[in-house]
Amino acid sequence: MDMFAVNAFLIVLLSIIAFVALRVHRLFALVMLSGAFSLTAAAQFVVLDAVDVAFTEAAVGAGISTVLALATLTLLPREEKPHAIAPLPAIMAIATGMLLMLAVGDLPQFGDAEAPVHQHVAPDYIYGSEKKIGVPNIVTSVLASYRGYDTLGETVVIFTAAIAVLLILAGWTRTPRRRHDEDGEDDAG
Amino acid sequence: MSDIAAQWNYYLVIILMMLGFYAVIARGNMIKKMVGLNIFQTSVFMLYISMGKIDGGTAPILTGDPATVYSNPLPHVLILTAIVVGVATTAVGYALIIRVYEAYGTIEDDEVAALIDADQDARERADAEADT
Amino acid sequence: MQDDPVIRVVAKVLIPAIMLFALYVQFHGDYGPGGGFQAGVILAAAFVLNAVVFGLHQARQVWPLRYNLIGVSAGVLLYGGTGVWSMLAGGNYLDYFALEADPKAAQHLGILLVEFGVGLTVAAVMVVLFFAFAGRASHIELVAKTTALEATTSKPGSKSSAKTRGGA
Repeated sequence: MDMFAVNAFLIVLLSIIAFVALRVHRLFALVMLSGAFSLTAAAQFVVLDAVDVAFTEAAVGAGISTVLALATLTLLPREEKPHAIAPLPAIMAIATGMLLMLAVGDLPQFGDAEAPVHQHVAPDYIYGSEKKIGVPNIVTSVLASYRGYDTLGETVVIFTAAIAVLLILAGWTRTPRRRHDEDGEDDAG
Repeated sequence: MSDIAAQWNYYLVIILMMLGFYAVIARGNMIKKMVGLNIFQTSVFMLYISMGKIDGGTAPILTGDPATVYSNPLPHVLILTAIVVGVATTAVGYALIIRVYEAYGTIEDDEVAALIDADQDARERADAEADT
Repeated sequence: MQDDPVIRVVAKVLIPAIMLFALYVQFHGDYGPGGGFQAGVILAAAFVLNAVVFGLHQARQVWPLRYNLIGVSAGVLLYGGTGVWSMLAGGNYLDYFALEADPKAAQHLGILLVEFGVGLTVAAVMVVLFFAFAGRASHIELVAKTTALEATTSKPGSKSSAKTRGGA
């Protein structure tokens, strides 16, 4: 029951952060809230036994992604144009939420060890990680060995993302500016 | 609908998800859309991780004790890579926002749309004048 | 921030510690929480801290963009190359059992190589991303400065308008 308390507390905290993030107009505050959201989410992942995920979320979501957002904001206006609450999107969001909640009724109970997810390949991975691969961290053995193709794909995706950002940001701007003004910055490699 | 109390985690995660969804579809500011997308994304991660949780289970790192119950490691692997891919794609989004700001001088999507419309109207008018 | 002695000294102490921790996370990933993705991000955090405290220019001299691009590609190549190696050794693509006679040692070797490839790519990608965003800021400042300079030399009255045009 204490896991229930911790988990519920963290999710309520996350909801408050998300709600405040919706209301706030200063974008710097928004970005910091987004970092706080990621850090709280990391704490929640620890409660849900996903230590590797928590580790990544804390390093990526609260660290690098906040830094990137702040670096972006140095180039952009710092205030959001104030908006009234839009009724149509609010109705859309509530309706979608209702539908999802209806669908959740069909999911197995939270924490149920007999759920179908836990019957198929997971026991095999847990057994094989010890007997065949000999790597104590099951997440690592699934990530790098059982699901090696997936991870190769993900690695190529982030490789592509880096190339895309370099092409978008280190190339020419649309407004004509003379090249010799750019001080020979070696952005394009 | 089965017992709500047994699935409370999913319901709370869906509320969180919809807050992010609302930010994405309702707000015109592109940075806010990106943050909304991040909230949405993290809630989806949470849904997956919740499904992998087993009551009384522990983190999927072998302890050597055969009686230990481990939570399902498969969602963890999927989400672990998804987080890193998520930040890489978010960075592409921010890069595009910077270019939009440089081209149009605003990051509110309605203002950008108005500028594009004005641009197109001017071009059509110029074409019509060229035809006559 | 670059002139504050406290921050500079703390950063100098922290950066090697962060890098060492990244290596620990990288190579201890088999036994505890960690692995290539986390280690790469932590290593990148050390470079980002260096750039934030000592300035982008200095950070680029320490670690030029060219090295990053090599790192980004080398990681993916190492990953793909491990797969090719296991094919050459007679197995399927990314089938580590073919790499060595002892199956557990073969798996350890394969996982180590692949995780190292992931870590290399992730670290280099994160540094590339930060350099690209921060470099854009300095690039725009530079353009704004030269535009303002040109405006003052040609038309002394229009300095402020040129500055606002250059960037936020």
